[in-house]
Amino acid sequence: MDFRSSDPPAGPREADILPQTAAAAVKVVVVGGFGVGKTTMVGAVSEIKPLTTEETMTRAGVGVDDTWGVARKITTTVAMDFGRISINDELVLYLFGTPGQERFWFLWRGLFEGALGAVVLLDTRRLEISFDVIGRLEERGVPFVVAVNSFPGAPDHPLEELREALDLPPAVPILVCDARRRDSSRDVLLTLMRYLHSQAATQEAM
Amino acid sequence: MKEPPSSWEDGSPERLYVITGGRSGPSTSVQLDLVTLVVAKGPPRPEMQPEQASILRMCQSPLSVAEIAAYAGLPVSVVTVLVGDLMAARRVHVRPPVPAAQLPDLALIEAVIDGLQKL
Repeated sequence: MDFRSSDPPAGPREADILPQTAAAAVKVVVVGGFGVGKTTMVGAVSEIKPLTTEETMTRAGVGVDDTWGVARKITTTVAMDFGRISINDELVLYLFGTPGQERFWFLWRGLFEGALGAVVLLDTRRLEISFDVIGRLEERGVPFVVAVNSFPGAPDHPLEELREALDLPPAVPILVCDARRRDSSRDVLLTLMRYLHSQAATQEAM
Repeated sequence: MKEPPSSWEDGSPERLYVITGGRSGPSTSVQLDLVTLVVAKGPPRPEMQPEQASILRMCQSPLSVAEIAAYAGLPVSVVTVLVGDLMAARRVHVRPPVPAAQLPDLALIEAVIDGLQKL
């Protein structure tokens, strides 16, 4: 018996156990800056309480503080929250929320490899960050939709203005959501899936 | 730049180095994804490393590499090494993710749409 109740449980709760029939998983990545609602969105649709995994990033601190010629090492812990949706008895969808900066993406090897697609949660206060994220996703060939989390007090931008500012291709969906709401966050994922579907259908027809 | 957190006990590079025997990648040739599902073939044995025993205990039912990492409090990179060892010792099965080609197939996307609509 384990009495250290403050420790994370050493495995899933009874209710969070996947059936033996779970045969394969797919993943979707939610990308966004700090505080735009990634974890909120993951939590809104996840069937489990969002979990956190951490990686440690170590790099030489050259150029940061090399006054004395000492090779200092800088260690930063970067966390990624994720959740899970059982699609059916055999298929499981995982949702990973990751910071927008590309240097973090490499911490989780293969985060985007094999991902069905991505949701870019837009920070309307710092559009340049999302602009960068979108460029990186395009480079990697990861299909994505753009979601604008409309929390109270957020500046209200017409979507077409944002589309133009972000230089989004006409086919890429952009929509407003409320990341706190399950139905609204689910609709963002559905928009991504329908977009993927239309792309795949076009491809098949060729 | 923010200072790193002061608690080093659990995630210290030294501890992680010991757990993996100093390796930074899995020894098997099978690629383990964040969403590869791992299933134990049986209960842990007394002589096993505690971290490996704990993985076997939590994988009585399928569990993704990412979930194992979260529950074990270990980085994914360390978990892939441990799961790789368990695979080499034939103690776990793995169920790889659905391979996404350049574009995923329509049936898969339709299944996901169907599942999401039930949320």
